[in-house]
Amino acid sequence: MNRKYLPLIATILVFLALFVIGGSMYRNFLSTLVLGNILADNSFIIIAAIGATFVILSGGIDLSIGSMIGFVGVCMAVLDSMGWHPLATAAVMICFGVLFGALQGYVIDAWDIQPFIVTLAGLFLLRGACFMVTLDSVPIRHDFVNAYASTSLPLPGRGVLRSSALVMLAALALAIFIAHFTRFGTNVYAVGGDQESARLMGVNIRRTKVGIYALAGFYSALAGVVYALYTSSGYPLAGSTLELSAIAAVVLGGTLLTGGVGMVAGTLFGGMILGLISTLIIFNGSLNSAWIMISSGILLFAFIVLHRFLVSSFDLRGSS
Amino acid sequence: MTARNNISALVGRLGRHRAIWPLLALVLILIVDVIISPNFFEIRIVEGRLFGNVIDILYRAVPTALVALGMAVVIGTKGIDLSVGSTIAICGAVIAWRIQAGDPHLVILFLALGVGMLCGAWNGFLVAGLGIQPIIATLILMVSGRGIGLLINQIYGGTDPSFESALLQGMSTGSSGYIPNRLFLAAGLFILLWLAIRRTALGLFIEAVGGNAAAANLAGINARLITFLAYVVCALLTAWAGVILTADTHTSDPVSVAMYIELDAILAVVIGGGSLAGGRIHLGMTVVGALVIQTLTTSILISGLPPEYNLIIKALVVLLVLFLQSGKARASLGRLIVRRSK
Repeated sequence: MNRKYLPLIATILVFLALFVIGGSMYRNFLSTLVLGNILADNSFIIIAAIGATFVILSGGIDLSIGSMIGFVGVCMAVLDSMGWHPLATAAVMICFGVLFGALQGYVIDAWDIQPFIVTLAGLFLLRGACFMVTLDSVPIRHDFVNAYASTSLPLPGRGVLRSSALVMLAALALAIFIAHFTRFGTNVYAVGGDQESARLMGVNIRRTKVGIYALAGFYSALAGVVYALYTSSGYPLAGSTLELSAIAAVVLGGTLLTGGVGMVAGTLFGGMILGLISTLIIFNGSLNSAWIMISSGILLFAFIVLHRFLVSSFDLRGSS
Repeated sequence: MTARNNISALVGRLGRHRAIWPLLALVLILIVDVIISPNFFEIRIVEGRLFGNVIDILYRAVPTALVALGMAVVIGTKGIDLSVGSTIAICGAVIAWRIQAGDPHLVILFLALGVGMLCGAWNGFLVAGLGIQPIIATLILMVSGRGIGLLINQIYGGTDPSFESALLQGMSTGSSGYIPNRLFLAAGLFILLWLAIRRTALGLFIEAVGGNAAAANLAGINARLITFLAYVVCALLTAWAGVILTADTHTSDPVSVAMYIELDAILAVVIGGGSLAGGRIHLGMTVVGALVIQTLTTSILISGLPPEYNLIIKALVVLLVLFLQSGKARASLGRLIVRRSK
């Protein structure tokens, strides 16, 4: 078996193990209803994490995700109150996301500044922009939001795939196509593996990096649109520290932060593991805010250790 | 050689020196401040202590600078510590809890520092012991640390975590002979850290591990131990910042104390010329970086702009500083100017 699939398989095993453990602890946990809810409730994190996967595969990092989600949300809400159709706003905001991401990518490559810092400035910039647009929580009242919320695809059992989940799955399919079936995708892996070698092989680093961050901007703006439609409101503090959840989803999905190694499909399961953690905490129901924070940390720790253990035990079997 | 040649050679040499750009940024911000408020540098003596914008900047920069110094050490090993805010929250909760329990305050100080080092040991264990990537390893404590702080508050009911302590508040907000005590404290810690890093082989070892851990290991350095120590040192300095911040507010507030301090600390290290790729520790310049950030924050406050603009201005100034620092960006700007003037 190809070794590059090991982390992905480990992630899927961890996810299934946790799902079964949850099922043994709580009645009605093992159902398509819970699965569909996890997919819909975490769709915006997973969409943002898909974009972050490309950035991390190239050896970079994007911290501006959470602020982008907040900014897209407040813009959608404010433009809605001015009479815009949500789809028109969404198109404008996604174009903005692509441009903003491309700008970040350009600064990173042209000025030779570390991605962590450039996107940190992006985080401050977009969060500041949120506060300039509005300081209040603004509702989105357009009829389209109700239509969006009531659209769903039935799953076997009682579960449904809601529209957020459908958008997420479509975004994932697009990302898998870009990563594994286009020249750009190959270039991303090449840049992440060794930028200097990639340059010597004739990869246009500038174009690839601008493309990577533009793609990340596209996905985080899309995540913002999904989040705004899902909550049907815009709030200037929305999405704070969500970039860390997205990065955690990418890493739990088996992608290395050093770049060059990982798969987009893993991010789906990484994000769903994060979703399972919060679902387990909700099913428990007796935890106060202190224990919610602590148990998220403990579960995150358990997954990382379990994942490492699974990957290394596979490795041993493969090499012997 | 003419005097003009001498000057241009001097300017050239200064331009290549890494310290010049952050200092230039600091001076630029201060010049803008003087334009906004002409008596910016005025220092008065009020109630037996110095009082003025410059003192205020130094005073408020202390916690960020201490955390940034620790962060510089961790970043030197090619790591990062996102959990510093949580460490501060836990230290604050421990201080409030033990003061309610009636322990001697000197013991509480050492207890808080010890708990801080325990947090660092946990991070160090995850990174050096289990080999987890630093950003994810420290994310675990970042996510759960504020919860641990809340839990400690609940031990004694958590209804009133406020406290009074002559010792701790003396270190934080007190002053001796016009000068705030925390400046002495910060200077002392800085000198100790500088001695440990630059007058022993520790700094060399850390930079070797950050540059290339495998090569450092082959050269006989215990890379795991050095990495572990870096996280403990970072957490110790963070715990000092926690003591100062907690004593300053007279209360433990795990949810919101030192929010985003990890970002400011990382920013301070980078403005000071540190690279997140590891292998370099610039202690002095890190302090300058922390001063740039605090001066900027204070400047925005005294400029009277609406607070909504704070983050945007901060982001733009940070980008400007980074632009000045980037050799590649300066070169392309230089080419542009030359092309225009032709």
